[in-house]
Amino acid sequence: MIRVVLPPHLRNLAHVTGEVALEVPGKATPQSVLDALETRYPVLRGTIRDPTTQQRRPLVRFFACEQDLSLDPPDSPLPDAVATGKEPFLIIGAMAGG
Amino acid sequence: MSGVRVLVGTHKGAFVMTSDARRKQWDISGPHFTGWEVYHVKGSPADPNRLYASQNTSWFGQLIQRSNDGGKTWQAMEGKFAYDGEPGTHKWYDGTSRPFEFKRIWHLEPSLTDPDTVYAGAEDAAFFRSTDGGQSWHELPALRQHSTAPNWAPGAGGMCLHTIILDPKNADRIFVAISAAGAFRSEDAGKSWRPINRGLRSEGIPDPNAEVGHCVHRIAMNPSRPNVLFMQKHWDVMRTDDAGDSWREVSGNLPSDFGFPIDVHPHEPETIFVVPIKSDSEHVPPDGKLRVYRSRSGGNEWEALTNGLPQSNCYVNILRDAMAVDSLDSAGVYFGTTGGQVYASADAGDSWNAIVRDLPAVLSVEVQTLA
Repeated sequence: MIRVVLPPHLRNLAHVTGEVALEVPGKATPQSVLDALETRYPVLRGTIRDPTTQQRRPLVRFFACEQDLSLDPPDSPLPDAVATGKEPFLIIGAMAGG
Repeated sequence: MSGVRVLVGTHKGAFVMTSDARRKQWDISGPHFTGWEVYHVKGSPADPNRLYASQNTSWFGQLIQRSNDGGKTWQAMEGKFAYDGEPGTHKWYDGTSRPFEFKRIWHLEPSLTDPDTVYAGAEDAAFFRSTDGGQSWHELPALRQHSTAPNWAPGAGGMCLHTIILDPKNADRIFVAISAAGAFRSEDAGKSWRPINRGLRSEGIPDPNAEVGHCVHRIAMNPSRPNVLFMQKHWDVMRTDDAGDSWREVSGNLPSDFGFPIDVHPHEPETIFVVPIKSDSEHVPPDGKLRVYRSRSGGNEWEALTNGLPQSNCYVNILRDAMAVDSLDSAGVYFGTTGGQVYASADAGDSWNAIVRDLPAVLSVEVQTLA
């Protein structure tokens, strides 16, 4: 079970509170986690990744285990602590004004 | 009892304001979608309880929200916006070419007859349609693929398709306007388009009389006369009596012919409203006085409407989609400001009252007249 923490705006859109727990088939990667997340919550399609290119949106970041994973390839394995559910995969709205 | 529902999009959410026909006491709900930019909210003429809202942030992109109960509850639609085929290129501010890139929906225009059909105007400029109540969106690509598109350039707010007008007497005729490309007309429901900018003259582009390249800010029509359009251009208030084939200036005695919104009285098709702004580089009301100007002669002769509006130290702007008229017997006029005020007049502009004064910057105002 993968634990995912969404930013508040996306929790509101998905009508969830707290963390999201996802069954992710196969290897746990940013791409597989986001695929599972968007399958569970279709309204989130396009809010984290561009719906056409699947590129991470510029003001969205991925953190886990005190590391910035934003620039890792989408198919790179997530840390074991994330894959085993010990630590969450954090989806963050970049700190910027507005 | 008849009444009105005012739909307000702001920099930080949407608001729904309702009143009876007296338009004195208002119930206000919101913010809806708090923290998101809501460029536009509009109701279906075919089903007043069906509303569409454009919700966007730079962080998480574009969503369309739909309400089936007049704005009491909302549902986020899952459909996404993607250009049909190769994006192509347009001009950037510095004159170089860059690819079209979808950024947001500026304007939603529900069908006059079908609550599930709605058109959307995008930045970068493109024309989209949904026929399933906003659940899926498809571009009608002929506009973006027009032969002039590689020379379109953005206005200061972006290269936005901000105006969509559906001809109530001809279902195949659609007018759109793009900043800063100009106005276009389709006679085949969006399958093809022609520029309709003859008569516009714009300084700041290489050929002031060019076929495209004009920064049209807003176009308005009275439904009883779909061949007559009024335009607030970057500079100049314009009028056409032949559906855009030719335009002539009607700025007349306005204190400034720069501005953003323009609208037409619902029952008097020669009565139009604008809000003059000092200049393109200042974007504040002249002399710190917020004045709506009304012409009862289809332009050229204008009178200032000031009763109830601040006449000193006022430096707000009124954006292009932030004015609307209702169709009650005593016509209502509404506009919102970048300072967060929404003003209403129940007497065609003779007097004004603020419905609210402290919203986030207002991006759009629409009104529905309810039976």
